Amino acid sequence: MAEHAPAPVKPPFWNDPQVRAIAFQVIALVVTVAFGLYIFHNTQLNLRRLGIASGFDFLSSPSGFDIIQTLIPYSPTSNYGQVFWVALLNTLLVSALGIVLATLLGFIVGIARLSKNWLVAKLALIYIETFRNIPLLLQIFFWYFAVLRAVPAPRQSLSLGDAVFLNIRGLYMPAPQFQPGFGWVLVALAIAIGLVWWLKRWAWQRQMATGQAFPILRTSLALLLGLPLVVFWLAGSPLHWQLPELRGFNFQGGWVVIPEMASLLLALSVYTATFIAEIVRSGIQAVSHGQTEASLSLGLNSSLTLRLVVLPQALRVIIPPLTNQYLNLTKNSSLAAAIGYPDLVAAFAGTTLNQTGQAIECIAITMAVYLTISLLISLGMNWYNRRVALVER
Amino acid sequence: MSESSIAHVPHPNLPPPSNSIGAIGWVRHNLLSSPLNIALTLLAIWLLYLIIPPILRWAIIDATWSGDNREACHPGGACWVFIQVHFGQFMYGFYPDGQRWRVDLTALLLIFGAAPLFMHAVSNRLKVRLGLGLLVIYPVIAFFLLKGGSFGLPVVETSQWGGLLLTLVIAGVGMTAALPLGILLALGRRSRLPAIQTLCVTFIEFWRGVPLITVLFMSSVMLPLFLPAGMNFDKLLRALIGVTLFQSAYMAEVVRGGLQAIPKGQVEAAAALGLGYWKTMGLIVLPQALKLVIPGIVNTFIALFKDTSLVLIIGLFDLMNMVHNATTNPDWLGFSTEGYVFAAAVYWLFCFNMSHFSQKLEKRLHTGHKR
Amino acid sequence: MNSLQTLTAAAALMLTGVAQAGTTLEAIKKNGFIKCGVSDGLPGFSYADEKGNYSGIDVDVCRAVAAAVFGDATKVKFTPLTAKERLTALQSGEIDVLSRNTTWTSSRDSAQGLNFTGITYYDGQGFLVNKKLGVKSAKDLDGATVCVQAGTTTELNLSDYFRSHKMKFTPITYDKSDESAKSLEAGRCDVLTSDQSQLYAQRIKLAKPDDYMVLPEVISKEPLGPVVRHGDDEWFDIVRWSLFVMVDAEELGITSKNVEEMKKSSNPDIKRMLGVEGDKGKDFGLANDWMATVIKQVGNYGEIFERNVGQGSPLQIKRGLNALWTQGGLQYAPPVR
Repeated sequence: MAEHAPAPVKPPFWNDPQVRAIAFQVIALVVTVAFGLYIFHNTQLNLRRLGIASGFDFLSSPSGFDIIQTLIPYSPTSNYGQVFWVALLNTLLVSALGIVLATLLGFIVGIARLSKNWLVAKLALIYIETFRNIPLLLQIFFWYFAVLRAVPAPRQSLSLGDAVFLNIRGLYMPAPQFQPGFGWVLVALAIAIGLVWWLKRWAWQRQMATGQAFPILRTSLALLLGLPLVVFWLAGSPLHWQLPELRGFNFQGGWVVIPEMASLLLALSVYTATFIAEIVRSGIQAVSHGQTEASLSLGLNSSLTLRLVVLPQALRVIIPPLTNQYLNLTKNSSLAAAIGYPDLVAAFAGTTLNQTGQAIECIAITMAVYLTISLLISLGMNWYNRRVALVER
Repeated sequence: MSESSIAHVPHPNLPPPSNSIGAIGWVRHNLLSSPLNIALTLLAIWLLYLIIPPILRWAIIDATWSGDNREACHPGGACWVFIQVHFGQFMYGFYPDGQRWRVDLTALLLIFGAAPLFMHAVSNRLKVRLGLGLLVIYPVIAFFLLKGGSFGLPVVETSQWGGLLLTLVIAGVGMTAALPLGILLALGRRSRLPAIQTLCVTFIEFWRGVPLITVLFMSSVMLPLFLPAGMNFDKLLRALIGVTLFQSAYMAEVVRGGLQAIPKGQVEAAAALGLGYWKTMGLIVLPQALKLVIPGIVNTFIALFKDTSLVLIIGLFDLMNMVHNATTNPDWLGFSTEGYVFAAAVYWLFCFNMSHFSQKLEKRLHTGHKR
Repeated sequence: MNSLQTLTAAAALMLTGVAQAGTTLEAIKKNGFIKCGVSDGLPGFSYADEKGNYSGIDVDVCRAVAAAVFGDATKVKFTPLTAKERLTALQSGEIDVLSRNTTWTSSRDSAQGLNFTGITYYDGQGFLVNKKLGVKSAKDLDGATVCVQAGTTTELNLSDYFRSHKMKFTPITYDKSDESAKSLEAGRCDVLTSDQSQLYAQRIKLAKPDDYMVLPEVISKEPLGPVVRHGDDEWFDIVRWSLFVMVDAEELGITSKNVEEMKKSSNPDIKRMLGVEGDKGKDFGLANDWMATVIKQVGNYGEIFERNVGQGSPLQIKRGLNALWTQGGLQYAPPVR
């Protein structure tokens, strides 16, 4: 009659998927930890054998060297900890400026790439294909050693109305000096911003209720510029400009953009803009043409179509890879070391490492900073992605 | 139907107006369609006028093409003599003169070995075998040819390798070593085992979060301190280790993209057939996933190729550093621009062709997945 | 996977000198050459020509050590190092001796695990300026832009000097000395500061060397010498005495040309040194006549100096502090006894 299926043989425990999973993980962990310990042990031994100091005490000892560009007060009597902050701020400065410039240039070129004008589209394409395929370091050298070396010496500076000077030492600009009373202008600006915010809400509500639009952009601009200007005039123009002037070897006073920073900035933004341009192009192309047609048939004009229909959808596609490029730009700013711009890698992982000999500590701190920046950006990115994700039925 | 019925012959279409076809039509349509467009066209022409003539004059018309010292060069134009004199250095670095045929041979082997991969006539099965063979056997042959020390070839220390040779060695080794590592990491990241997944994610995010230059610093300055006393690596090898670890993290992300694109049904079908994890991955998922990400792999290779120029900062003499070094040669000062333009041209040729190859590939592979 | 194996195979082949817990000398003898770290391009001290042949004082010091150990001055493998890498390269064992115009300082001896074996060149930091500036003294440099190599003692001295003289300056720091020279020439900086010996070397690399002058001030002491790792006294002694022997030889009038004749000399100092009498050489664990070999193959200190940086070279540096103590200089080596 019906034969009983033989009772299932229990597989040997090493074939049990669950046992295997645990075993694999334990092995992986043990190997990793052992490897880590091995390296730690070696390092300890090496440091002791060679008599190299270790630990983070060096951060509080005086540095003894000068730095060309410091955003916070710094002198050779400051300690290595302050060198770190100076260097970090320099990195952040060049990255932030680079991001702004690269975005502007990238959007312009990306839109030009889609232009109906054949010549403009081709020029944009040539720009992208040229600068994308040349190593960034080479571009930095090119700007620094070939282009910015061709500007004249301080005594033969190119000048613009005796206020702005360009020479081989940098671009000198007047620096604003705030007199007492300037605080009121700032207060006025803050009030203007508050007003604009309130105005926007009110206009929105009115439009919802009555369908009447309010010229929000013009009013806001007038508020933002007008109010502080009036207060500025009332307070007796509490702002002086410090003009750069030639004294001795160099121009003194004013703000200066040193060529190291200028060439780094140029190279970073020109290089990154090529990638941004491609991102922008594909983002815009990703919005289906039906959207534009539908919007036009609803009676929106072309600028409103772009602003209300195409761009919001394109941005959804553009922003994640764009952030990636921002991250790349920040990491690439570390190439500053090659031309002597005192960023984190040059001044901290370079000079400080060399003066103290504490390689492990300096490199570890530097890597930790970049890791933190990139983790913060990816966290922000994840948050954004969740916010804009299409809610599908 | 009778044959005699009158055929209705429509009047042939009138030709389009003469100003909307041909060259004139094209210009009107593409350059002068609106006032804004006209302005843009004029702006573009003005830009071209600013850029092109001086470059042409400098690089070609006023340039000096032959000679053997700097006196041969006219002022005002490019001095390509500089490149001509240093060409051997730019290509081979300090590789001894009499031994350079070994480098050429290595390059020829690669070209002939890889050529069938690009031919349509060769079957896919053969291509895969050839590709794997190249990935595995070629590095060994290349290593013995370049380094020497056996088969009667004199040893050439890695410190003598340089120029384009070193650039290609770093990019090539970084790539071939990072590929298997990247695949493992990608599999690990998609693994269901939490410990392995965490390890892989940490590894990948760590290397992707730091700039390559700090990785190179680490490999040149810190790595020696991690090793037991008395054991140390060649400077080049240390850089290669750094580049490989860095690259494998990027490779892992590319491969992961491919893995995610493979429908779950494939894995389930494999499981239904009774395949284990490694067989499922090795026979079903990876072959499909890798095919999908070939363009992505080529793109990371381009990025790596450009990034090799950073080894200049740790004092390896790749193409970039050789050029940079030659511009500081006291006999040839003042030719930075020529040097950089030459280096840029070499990098550009490689990267441009690779990226076009990858775009073409993308188009060709894409068709297979359209429904 | 297989290319991973290839990499490991390559690693095994490239591994140079796996000497577990042996002494430096044993490891060197096993390798058959000395690994010597030199500068990445400083004419007169260490400079590689287009073919990769090295020459210079620092290079000759390593050759002398090779002659001492192997009886063959060519058994050296040179590794060009940047200022940044040099100390870790030595600490990690990538090189056996660092001979790269490195300044002897207390912190390098103490906190960084190094030992300086002697002084090959008494140097001091100076300034190189364009004559057009009309600067006659370093005191006129207030407000100047100064090019300096990053991570060197020079960088620290520079800040100290300007601070103590209440002057201001703008520092421009590069990793490579070549870039400083290029920047001086382009006018990016007004003045280049470095050890004086390097200034002379940099000057001949400029397109118009005669337009530039070295200012008279010397703002620091920069004793340059070979460095070895802490903790291997045997190796330390060999490197130290390879240099001393060359200084002593100059004092005794032994040159690479007359060393064979000198072996017949009746002066007991010379006889001891050349290994004709006694066994001073063996005390080092080397051949008894190693000192004679060093002099024969490399030369005495005076010969090295003149050949590389002195009258026989484009640098034309005078002996000055580096003359023998008998001639008013500082070069003084302990006796072979």
